[in-house]
Amino acid sequence: MALDKPVFIKPKLTLFNIIIGIILVMGLILTILRFTKGIGAVTNLDNNNPWGIWIGFDLLCGVALAAGGYVTSASCYIFGLKRYHSAVRPAILTAFLGYALVVLALHYDLGRPLRLPYPIFYSQGTSSLLFEVGLCVFLYLTVLFVEFTPAAFEWLGLKKIRAIVVKLILLLTIFGVILSTLHQSSLGALFMIVPSKLHPLWYSGYLPIYFFISSMFAGMSMVIFEGSLAHRYLENEMDATHKKEASGVAFGFAKAASLIMMGYCATKLIGLAVDNNWHFLGTSWGLWFMFEVVGFVAFPAVLFAMGSREKNLTMVRFAAIWTILGIILNRLNISIVAFNYHLPAADRYFPSLSEIGTSVFIVTLGIVAYRFITTRMPILHEHPDYKAH
Amino acid sequence: MAISRRKFLSCIGAAALTTTTNGLSKAYGASNKHFKGHPDSFGILHDITKCIGCRKCEAACNKVNELTQPEKSFEDLSILDQKRRTDANIYTVVNKFKHDTRAPVFVKKQCNHCMEPACASACFVKALNKTKTGAVIYDESLCVGCRYCMIACPFEIPAYEYHKALTPRITKCTMCYPRLLEGKLPGCVEACPKEALIFGERDKLLKAAWQRIYRYPDQYLEHIYGEHEMGGTSWLYLSKHPFSKIGMREDLGKKSAPELTTGPLSAVPIVVGLWPVLLTGVYAISKRKDKITKEEKEKAVAQTTALAKEDTEKKLEALREKMTREKTSAINFEVKKALEEAEKTDAADKTDDKAPEESGKEEN
Amino acid sequence: MLDTIIYTLQDFMTYTKGITYLIMGGILIFMPLFWYFLTGRE
Ligand code: SF4
Ligand code: SF4
Ligand code: SF4
Repeated sequence: MALDKPVFIKPKLTLFNIIIGIILVMGLILTILRFTKGIGAVTNLDNNNPWGIWIGFDLLCGVALAAGGYVTSASCYIFGLKRYHSAVRPAILTAFLGYALVVLALHYDLGRPLRLPYPIFYSQGTSSLLFEVGLCVFLYLTVLFVEFTPAAFEWLGLKKIRAIVVKLILLLTIFGVILSTLHQSSLGALFMIVPSKLHPLWYSGYLPIYFFISSMFAGMSMVIFEGSLAHRYLENEMDATHKKEASGVAFGFAKAASLIMMGYCATKLIGLAVDNNWHFLGTSWGLWFMFEVVGFVAFPAVLFAMGSREKNLTMVRFAAIWTILGIILNRLNISIVAFNYHLPAADRYFPSLSEIGTSVFIVTLGIVAYRFITTRMPILHEHPDYKAH
Repeated sequence: MAISRRKFLSCIGAAALTTTTNGLSKAYGASNKHFKGHPDSFGILHDITKCIGCRKCEAACNKVNELTQPEKSFEDLSILDQKRRTDANIYTVVNKFKHDTRAPVFVKKQCNHCMEPACASACFVKALNKTKTGAVIYDESLCVGCRYCMIACPFEIPAYEYHKALTPRITKCTMCYPRLLEGKLPGCVEACPKEALIFGERDKLLKAAWQRIYRYPDQYLEHIYGEHEMGGTSWLYLSKHPFSKIGMREDLGKKSAPELTTGPLSAVPIVVGLWPVLLTGVYAISKRKDKITKEEKEKAVAQTTALAKEDTEKKLEALREKMTREKTSAINFEVKKALEEAEKTDAADKTDDKAPEESGKEEN
Repeated sequence: MLDTIIYTLQDFMTYTKGITYLIMGGILIFMPLFWYFLTGRE
């Protein structure tokens, strides 16, 4: 069978492509620096601040924002909401790329990246929550890869293998939800070991629950956001079903996210009460905390609600972006801003330009890969040979 | 009642590696889920009141661990004016604290060799371990370099070789584990000219420290730092001044690192146990709902078809009846007309004509 | 490991969690099979 789309499409010299080219070159230079001069040469990390934005942004935000994969596939295949079907493939693809990039970013951050398989295959430190995260991310990346393969198989015309994988979809989806529950929450639980270093407003026994719940609306917002981007730049890749269902998906997720976000605010309130942290609210840390919870969770939740009531797509998309920023803010607060809050200002961490550059490089790689795949494989449209599986 | 380090020298050789055998006779088991640490493990008591800030321990540590020589020699005491922490090349530092107007206080800082080490609890490859000697040691052949141990350590001890490109390591005080195995004292303890550092079994050091507190109540605070902090540490501290004033955090709590993480760690297997049931359940319900909707739809369709069929049949029937009735009335009318006509002409002839005409029409 | 005494909570956690991880793997394999058995006749 002939390929759906050719492998090589000659790149055009647009402004977008030029910027991407520049970022990629810069990334390569930084990569060479990192692996010849060491982590110390490119980052502002030190002995008091061993984790910077490569963990706080690339890992924590990356994983949270890649939650769209499990949220969408669970809605479609487990909860039986068939109208999300056209959103599943793009969401799985983003999740897969997201996790792949997280693992790639880890190669920069780890001192000895080649030993990455050690915790799983060589010496299992089972008392560590990081072990839990590592194991689940590894397994989930595998699950996502398998979930993604039908699109590649359709593109390559491998009908038989595709049929086998498609039969496993439900099983894979359930695995995916279990693994996501585990590692999303364990990322929060990573910080349970440091009550003395993380500010009490962010430290809580509920950290794993907060991380899990916020990953749900992070994922939904990403699906909405991505959908709006794809609509704008990849519209010619979409088929009629995708276009027809897209706004329904956005409104459905907006409604769900809004409800979950309100629930999240409620759990935050409960967290304040059980630890009796009210008195911190009057401090400047308290203001920052309110800024995060009210400004970047409660506010977009209301926007989502209004958007979905009035069927206002622009408002929903705006709320999605706002929520995504809120998730990034929350993860950075926990891993960087409110972490080591007890240290004097001179000992605090601020990312170096090369650290930021490397993160930008990795995100750009993700965009390039997404574009490469969506312009070739049946992601935003169904393959004519395999209607409705 | 100072404990002479020489006295301990003699006991080390015998006690260093015999802990397993006598450990068995003691009631330390998993069954009661209360852990008291390795029996007869060693510790070091740092009597801060005795420290004179000579940096001899720093120099000794540098020597026994074969670390690179610093630019300024260890004789140079001006460095004490800076607040320092452990570093990739410095396993221990002495810090100076000016407490009110009287003489300054010196505090030695190094890994505290926690009874339940946060660093070991955090390490996902078991590169850090609490040994039965009491020392928490690091195995560089396993370390992946995630630096979670540095995040986890409440005393901010482990350091990292950030400038090594390919083989960076975590570094921290080893409690001179290799020397302990040889039956020697830790380098810093051996070098201390003032017996501000005392090596011995932790249990005995604790008792001795309390005795000092009772004997000289105005010289010591009634608090041994490290007895309970973060579940207790092998390194113990006696001081006259509040610990929080001399750079040691008093807000760490008594809960050890593994206690802090047992909650989420035990939630993990429960999720694996219950999620498959819940999710499959939700799936089954949604599928069943689909099925029921489908069945209901089918039933409804069937019913409507059946109803429609009945309806048409009824209509047909009605039509037929109507037609028959019309026919009959038509016939009757005809008959009537004929009869009337017949009356006019011949009465007997007309009755014979009517019967066959009626039966023929019925069959249509 | 069973015949030696565990002295620290840290070692206890490493040991017991090691076992639970194995059990978890077992559960994840067993449950789908059981589901197929349960619904096999439908
Ligand atoms: S002081 Fe820090 S590095 Fe030393 S054993 Fe305790 S947790 Fe580990
Ligand atoms: S940096 Fe090394 S020793 Fe520290 S937790 Fe990671 S793997 Fe373990
Ligand atoms: S015990 Fe050994 S490694 Fe630790 S501070 Fe003393 S000399 Fe240095």
